[in-house]
Amino acid sequence: MIRVVLPAHLRTLAGVGSEVSVEVSGSATQRAVLDALEKQYPALCGTIRDHVTQVRRPFLRFFACSEDLSHELPDAPLPEQVVSGVEPLLIVGAIAGG
Amino acid sequence: MSNVRVLVGTRKGAFILSADGKREKWDVSGPFFAGWEIYHVKGSTADPNRIYASQSSGWFGQVIQRSSDGGKTWETPGGGVNAEPGQMPKGESNKFVYDTTSANGAELHTHQWYDGTQHPWEFKRVWHLEPSLNDPDTVYAGVEDAGLFRSTNGGQSWSELAGLRGHGTGPKWQPGAGGMCLHTIVLDPQDPNRMYIAISAAGAFRTDDGGKTWKPINRGLVSQYIPDPTAEVGHCVHHIAMNKKRPGVLFMQKHWDVMRSDNAGDQWKEVSGNLPTDFGFAIDVHAHEPETIYVVPIKSDSEHFPLEGKLRVYRSKSGGNEWEPMTKGLPQKDCYVNVLRDAMAVDSLDSCGIYFGTTGGQVFVSPDAGENWTPIVQSLPAVLSVEVQTLP
Repeated sequence: MIRVVLPAHLRTLAGVGSEVSVEVSGSATQRAVLDALEKQYPALCGTIRDHVTQVRRPFLRFFACSEDLSHELPDAPLPEQVVSGVEPLLIVGAIAGG
Repeated sequence: MSNVRVLVGTRKGAFILSADGKREKWDVSGPFFAGWEIYHVKGSTADPNRIYASQSSGWFGQVIQRSSDGGKTWETPGGGVNAEPGQMPKGESNKFVYDTTSANGAELHTHQWYDGTQHPWEFKRVWHLEPSLNDPDTVYAGVEDAGLFRSTNGGQSWSELAGLRGHGTGPKWQPGAGGMCLHTIVLDPQDPNRMYIAISAAGAFRTDDGGKTWKPINRGLVSQYIPDPTAEVGHCVHHIAMNKKRPGVLFMQKHWDVMRSDNAGDQWKEVSGNLPTDFGFAIDVHAHEPETIYVVPIKSDSEHFPLEGKLRVYRSKSGGNEWEPMTKGLPQKDCYVNVLRDAMAVDSLDSCGIYFGTTGGQVFVSPDAGENWTPIVQSLPAVLSVEVQTLP
């Protein structure tokens, strides 16, 4: 199982706590995790990446193991510690305010 | 005794304000969807317990919410449990995908950008949700960049009425300062095939065949801020209102100018008359007196607040031209709020109630057609929209 930490608004929207777990079959990539996340929580479809282009929404970023994965290719493998469930994949919204 | 339910969309959530027909004591519930921008909340006339809300944010995009119990509980129509094979795909209630070909074969890829170049259509948010007058599961969505979508399954999925963008003038449409939004949808209660919409800054359009084909209805509009002031399209229409008992007569608050049409938009004439300024956003019509109309004059397009710091609703009982300020109970000094285009509504009680919300977070009610005003709430987030349901 891959652990995913959601920003607060998406937790409310999906009706979940701060962290969820998803099962990914095949290669563990950003795309595969998001596919699984959207399948498990359909209310999240379109809120993290565009429905059609599948491009990450611009005010969101992906982090794991203290690394910024936002600009990794969607089909690049996730770090082993994420795949093994030791570390979560963090979906982080840009800071609001000033 | 009848009741009223006021549906308020704000920059940081939705609120529901409820009262009996006296409209003196109010119950306030919310915030719903706290922290999200709620551009519009509107109930179905076919089933008042069915309410739709447009929820959006710069971070997470568009979400459609739906209530089937008068706003007590909400759901994302496609966001429940996973679909079984053969069922409606889930998670598509916020999927607004432009059609890239129209019924007439024209390609629908670009519109005019601020600098006059062509720019791709890009979905940003739903500005306005208009439930069908007869079917609670049918609802129209006016979106930015300007397009019209329809759902016939309670908001679970949406398809574009692409004949609007494709009728020929689409590539000439241009955004206003607030974006290129389809913000007004008016359904004709006597002719289910007739519908009006308005776009900033393209103008007003009408269909007479249920949304398949459209035509601009901007004749008579004069806009000095565009190269051809009487162009077929390019006018910044802010809002259109109609009395349901007289659907051929329309009233319009344009960027500047208050207008009326007595022939379903085929020709407009200015009725600004003695208004102190004819810039504004909101306009509405009395529920029982089709010649009684309301506007909130705003100083100018660069100073979006009332003249002299006095919040005044202007009422005309003659269908325009002669206007009187309605001020009793409204702040008459140091008031620098705005009243946005979808933030005024009327109920249909015998003594018609008028409602409006401000960017300062106030929602005012006049239970006597504008004579006297009281604040229902005074400190909400900036109000984006106000709708009212009159309940038995």
